[in-house]
Amino acid sequence: MSLSVRLLGSRGGSPALLFGGGALAAIAIVAIIGIWYTPYNPTAFAVRLRFEAPSLAHPFGTDEFGRDVFSRVLAGAHLSLAIGFGAMLVSLALGVPLGLLAAFDRGWLGAAIMRAADLMISLPPILLGLLILAVTPPSTGKTIIAVGLVYVPILVRLSRAVALGLLEEDFVQAARARGEGAASILGREILPNAWPPIIVECGLRVTFAILLGASLSFLGLGPQPPSSEWGLMIAESREFLDQAPWVGLAPGLCLCALLVAVNVAGEGLRARLDPSHA
Amino acid sequence: MRAYVLRRLLGVVLVLLATSLLIFAIVHVLPGNVAYAILGEYATPAAVATLQQRLGLNDPLWLQYWHWLAGVLHGDMGQSLVMDRPAGPLILDALGRSAILAGSAFAIVAAGGIALGVHAATHQGRASDLVMTLAQFVFIAVPDFFWAILGVVVFASWLHLLPATGYAPPADGLLAWASHLLLPVVVLSIGLLAHVSRLTRAAMLEALRSRYVLMARAKGLSERRVLWRHAAPNAMLPTITILAIDFGLLIGGVVVVETVFAYPGLGRLLVFAIEHHDLPLLQAGMLVLTAIYALANLAADLGYAALNPRIRYGAAA
Repeated sequence: MSLSVRLLGSRGGSPALLFGGGALAAIAIVAIIGIWYTPYNPTAFAVRLRFEAPSLAHPFGTDEFGRDVFSRVLAGAHLSLAIGFGAMLVSLALGVPLGLLAAFDRGWLGAAIMRAADLMISLPPILLGLLILAVTPPSTGKTIIAVGLVYVPILVRLSRAVALGLLEEDFVQAARARGEGAASILGREILPNAWPPIIVECGLRVTFAILLGASLSFLGLGPQPPSSEWGLMIAESREFLDQAPWVGLAPGLCLCALLVAVNVAGEGLRARLDPSHA
Repeated sequence: MRAYVLRRLLGVVLVLLATSLLIFAIVHVLPGNVAYAILGEYATPAAVATLQQRLGLNDPLWLQYWHWLAGVLHGDMGQSLVMDRPAGPLILDALGRSAILAGSAFAIVAAGGIALGVHAATHQGRASDLVMTLAQFVFIAVPDFFWAILGVVVFASWLHLLPATGYAPPADGLLAWASHLLLPVVVLSIGLLAHVSRLTRAAMLEALRSRYVLMARAKGLSERRVLWRHAAPNAMLPTITILAIDFGLLIGGVVVVETVFAYPGLGRLLVFAIEHHDLPLLQAGMLVLTAIYALANLAADLGYAALNPRIRYGAAA
């Protein structure tokens, strides 16, 4: 086992999980602090300080309105996190119950759920988001739902497959023999045993959810100005790239750091929970 | 095999029919009056009424859907409201340019991803594998719009080697045309290349550990033959699935990259349609993109079946 593999966690479990999870936790703490405290007001104009290069007073410089880029990055951090993880929660909340139901019900209901999932999966991921955001005014909440819906069919299929395997197990047969109802079997017997692969899948998908969310808000279909969501900040910085590259580079590099942390943590989680990939 | 292809083609048609219904439903049933969306919130009631009449918005929904679908089946994709031109030619025109962009990127991703993945698997733990593993972790995590901006800053603003944005038709000279394509294609490929090569590496490693590879080596076959005749075809099966999934990501990338580089393709047309509430154009563009995606998935399934002699779809059905 090579050092790189051990470090990056496709084989060894804990170091990657520890490193990625630690970095993610640090980013999350900074993001939460950023909701209430930033060195400067992230939306206050200071026209005389336009396009100041990075310095001690302004570590990431200032933008076209003289706003402190560091403060804006801080204030926007929780949005990128919220979109990625919020979307994952949306897909969990919809996908897992539907998948379990589809596994349990072999009649028309289960078939209908699976056909609906097939249909959703046959749309290119970004289109589903565009479709939902196109018709109504964009907002953070809608971006979360749009990104979340993209991953619902994947979770439906996964949790159905896991549940189908578990339904054959003795302890489920025993529960049936005891005369337990569908809700009880699914909630008390299946779900507690089904979660490891589902969590692993989520851990790996969060990276893509954050990316898709940032892409949508980069296209102007997420949080609206003067919010400082990172994708939006990068989009707004495009006009001034020649004069002030730091306005776009700062949120871009932070987004990359967040994505690397999430990705490494997700791989670590898989190595930990899914021995078949060890 | 022929029955399987026919069955899958029928499936594609059904999917398109269902998506057309879904697209139509989301565009028309979601809260928000279409006429107001087009005219803006300060529109006079008379203007709204006129537009509703013109768009046929007073008809029952099923009739509107039927008119739209019948139009599409006759090759009439509807009328772009903002540009006041038929949507079909607009989309076809943009699609051609997108196809060049996406096609080049996809070719790079498929060929490069497989080559790099196989190389990494056969050099496991060596320096080149190590560097690639690290690079892949970073490249997968960098959003393509950020690559785009870095590319523009470095190659256009600082080095003045390439144009920052825009498009030059081939008639303006092949060099100008290619120089406008280079950055978008590289930006589109880079993340997916990392993804595909990483998963090819994993699949290849698994194949190399298998008994049939051990058997092939025991027979005394040359290492090259073992690699390309025995291990690689089996490792390609998961890679084809990954390529199909990445095609969906590629479509997303095309939308973003075309917007950043002001490249006049289908993705930019869709974003334009959204920004200007051009709903007929939006519907038509989305339907075309979904059709392409469905056909790409079909192609992946057929490739999978062709590469895997164990799968006898026709017999199974």
